[in-house]
Amino acid sequence: MRSSIQYALGLALATTMAVSHATTLTIESWRVDDSDLWEDVLIPVFEAEHPDIQVRFSPTSPTEYDSTVNARLQAGTAGDLITCRPFDVSLNLYQEGHLLDLTDMAAMDNFEDFARSAWTTDDGASTFCMPMASVIHGFLYNPEIFAELDLEVPRTEDEFLAVLDTIEQESSYTPLALGTNDQWESNQIVYTNIGPAFWGGEAGRQALLDGSASFTDPEFVAPFEHMARWGEYMGRGYESQTYGDSQNLFSLGRAAIYPTGSWDISYFNQQALFEFDAFPPFRVGDDGQCVISDHTDIGMGINPDSENAEAAKLFLEWLASEGFARLYTNEVTGFFSLSKHEVEVRDPVAAEMINWRQDCDSTIRLNAQIMNRGTPNMEQELWTVGSRVLNGAMTPQEAAERIQNGFSSWYAPQQ
Amino acid sequence: MSIQNPNLRPLNSLATHSVLLAYTLLALFPIVLVVINSFKSRQAIFNEPLAWPTPSSFTLEGYVRILERSDFALYFYNSFVVTIVPLFLVMLFAAMAAWALAEYRFRGNRLMALYLAIGIMIPIRLGTVSILEIIVGLNLVNTLLALILVYTAQGLPLAIFILTEYMRQVPRDLKEAARCDGASEYRIFFQIAVPLTRPALATVAVFTMVPIWNDLWFPLILAPAEHTRTIQLGVQQFIGQYSTDWNSVLSALTLAVMPALILYMFFSRQLIRGLTAGAVK
Amino acid sequence: MRAIRLRPVPWHLLFFLGPAVVIYTLFSAWPLLDTLRLSLYTSAGPGQRVFHGLGNFVTLLTDPHWSAAFWNALWNNTKFFLIHLLVQNPIGLLLAALISLPGLRLARTYRTLIFLPTLLSVVIIGFIWQLILSPLWGVSEGLLEAVGLGHLFSAWLGRESTALITLALISVWQFVGIPLMLLYASLIQVPDELIEAAVVEGASSWRIFWQIKFPLILPTLGLVTILTFVGNFNAFELIYAVKGALGGPNFSTDILGTFFYRTFFGYQSQVGSPTMGAAVASMMFFIILCGVMVYLYVIQRRLHRYDV
Repeated sequence: MRSSIQYALGLALATTMAVSHATTLTIESWRVDDSDLWEDVLIPVFEAEHPDIQVRFSPTSPTEYDSTVNARLQAGTAGDLITCRPFDVSLNLYQEGHLLDLTDMAAMDNFEDFARSAWTTDDGASTFCMPMASVIHGFLYNPEIFAELDLEVPRTEDEFLAVLDTIEQESSYTPLALGTNDQWESNQIVYTNIGPAFWGGEAGRQALLDGSASFTDPEFVAPFEHMARWGEYMGRGYESQTYGDSQNLFSLGRAAIYPTGSWDISYFNQQALFEFDAFPPFRVGDDGQCVISDHTDIGMGINPDSENAEAAKLFLEWLASEGFARLYTNEVTGFFSLSKHEVEVRDPVAAEMINWRQDCDSTIRLNAQIMNRGTPNMEQELWTVGSRVLNGAMTPQEAAERIQNGFSSWYAPQQ
Repeated sequence: MSIQNPNLRPLNSLATHSVLLAYTLLALFPIVLVVINSFKSRQAIFNEPLAWPTPSSFTLEGYVRILERSDFALYFYNSFVVTIVPLFLVMLFAAMAAWALAEYRFRGNRLMALYLAIGIMIPIRLGTVSILEIIVGLNLVNTLLALILVYTAQGLPLAIFILTEYMRQVPRDLKEAARCDGASEYRIFFQIAVPLTRPALATVAVFTMVPIWNDLWFPLILAPAEHTRTIQLGVQQFIGQYSTDWNSVLSALTLAVMPALILYMFFSRQLIRGLTAGAVK
Repeated sequence: MRAIRLRPVPWHLLFFLGPAVVIYTLFSAWPLLDTLRLSLYTSAGPGQRVFHGLGNFVTLLTDPHWSAAFWNALWNNTKFFLIHLLVQNPIGLLLAALISLPGLRLARTYRTLIFLPTLLSVVIIGFIWQLILSPLWGVSEGLLEAVGLGHLFSAWLGRESTALITLALISVWQFVGIPLMLLYASLIQVPDELIEAAVVEGASSWRIFWQIKFPLILPTLGLVTILTFVGNFNAFELIYAVKGALGGPNFSTDILGTFFYRTFFGYQSQVGSPTMGAAVASMMFFIILCGVMVYLYVIQRRLHRYDV
């Protein structure tokens, strides 16, 4: 009798130990949209390779992500893996001691310097997040409307404006699906989308950072001047049109052109009532160079309070593998793996966009690095003045002056 | 003897009804709009928002999707628990505290009233990290109890603030009569003050319930786990995935608001009984 | 040696105040006050804070960028409050007065239905009204056209001149039930004898209301006013849901709540500053405290109270 109890106890103990042996990793992320993909596609592949590790994807909506994860990190209740925003937001987390230093991980070698730079300290000494993916900006368009009006895909600024004119005058479609209610579009998918062609991509961005150029120089005012002409092509009452409104306007076939980033592809694959296509931001002048904003957007780091740091590192190594690059790029359509591995993109529009990398120069969003550190913060200033220029409430010159005044008020190289 | 009431004159009555009816329509129109459009396809919502669903535009797609994809019964249960328990605690403790502030003269009375109002004078999110640290210390993360404690603490200041005003309105002669009869302070509170302030208690109960039911922030911070998810959090997650599919969004919003409306309709009978029965005549 | 006379322990006070004070202190007052303390510190490199006296407040009130944002938010907040005071409370009073008329049929139904918007979450309110006012959806434009006022329509939520007023009116629409309920609860407590006596004397409902009922509900009106003040200067959710934490366009809908949120938690690429955020919260606390003190020490003491 006694022995059978002992046996049962021993068995129970063994079971408990077996269960507690399996580690569970929790991923904090803002990618609510992808939660099905993570749970049904990506994580099962990792778990098949590492049967002793279980992974749970725990997303928070993008608007609340930064504040809630920060609070959880401070109180010690955050998950093991933290999805990283690019540049200063994550850099700040690292400096506050909320992200592990990953510099020495061998898997880091799978990424170019430019990919790592979004999650590396200013002196280049430490990298704290494994780069995951970038997004590419450009324009989606409705080929049915283009065919109906006999339009060609525009290559230059003049052609682009001519196309908008034709749509405006010869049809009842809204030429541009864009609103200014939410403000961020005016910077992230307008100014820093069409702008690099004017300011020469990386060269122009670096010139602002080293102080040899200023926002009031013609190459930075010109995109605002271009934007000031968009008002007449945007939908009625665009001042109160939200991002969701714009998406609906385009996906229901009521608007011809939609300035955006590659992340929208998967949404339109589900929702658009027609086959859409994409074209890159226009060149300035016939022999102008095509420049795209190929923005390092998402990475992943480790919470130093995690008790499963070793398992978390295994997970990050898997993130840096060729298998993940292929899986992620093709499953999470519109997010392009940052690793050096060659990946074939199956989605036609995503493939089109990633091909722009061949013909066009690449840069990241103008203000992503360093410029958001002071008060006023350039991201917020660019949202505000960009929207005002689109709304016709501010001239391009005033916009440039306000940005430059704010920037030079705290950035030494500009003083 | 019945008194001729001026309010029953037909003209007055007509004017009164038209004003109230007009405002009722204004209050209901947006809600009705959400509900009818939640039964329509995405394109029909966009093209004819004011139309009733027709056989061709009718769809239950949004409802099917949200019920398939989320554990609505569990969310409802969680929301119900973290609303009802704090509601009861707030009403009881706030009425007691308000009675003390309104009835007894003691040193620091006004200061105490001021202290108890701090909670409505500072943006509550300021205390987020601090509250989370306390909850971590008590080992209550991802429990409904954490939300119950925090919601009770947050509901108290407003309830005390309002109830103090109404406790002051309890007629003095009733209290004095009871004291002369040798009733204890506790009896005076429970048998005189509480029944007499029932209208105000009923009103404050509704004010307390609404922000708790609708809160999104503290579930996100204190109890984001699947098994403690509240309706608002569940709906928010769902909306995050289908943000521009208006059909799904409107269905989710309708489902999120219905339980509260039903609860209110149910309570409002009690509320009216309280209001009429408790009126000081 | 003088004998110390022990005062009896006020058990009843402990009983009545104890539970509320304990729970409230632990889970609300203490966390808030403890965090408010951060307003006296500043960040000295990553993860380190040093005592900074009133430095953050000096920055907030004198630095050109900070002070411009602060005064803008305060001024917008004042407008937001005034609109509630001048629109929400009079409408609430009117509706409460009508519903409390003796013998009114359907009074319960009106009261229940008019209160419904107050039950809705801000996510829903923001979403519905954005749709209704959206030029794309055309609901409000269609309604205006139906009564021949189509030309008045514009993208109200998107214009710098009208966005704040529109949001304030949406908020009024949602919260009018609160003054309605509070005033109604007071109005039905007005003793019948007073009204019956006036009716016998032939007074009109109008006169009865202003000369008998109104003075009696003044304390409640004071309460409603201070609640509106407190609620508005602590408002955040609606503007955040509709316009985001930047309070666009061009910060024209930025109020203290949104200003606090993005300063404390950060927003988009802006990194949050707990110390400056706590300073903003302290200013909000100070402003609301002034209002509440005026109410507790001046208004509440002076207002006539009736005993029957």
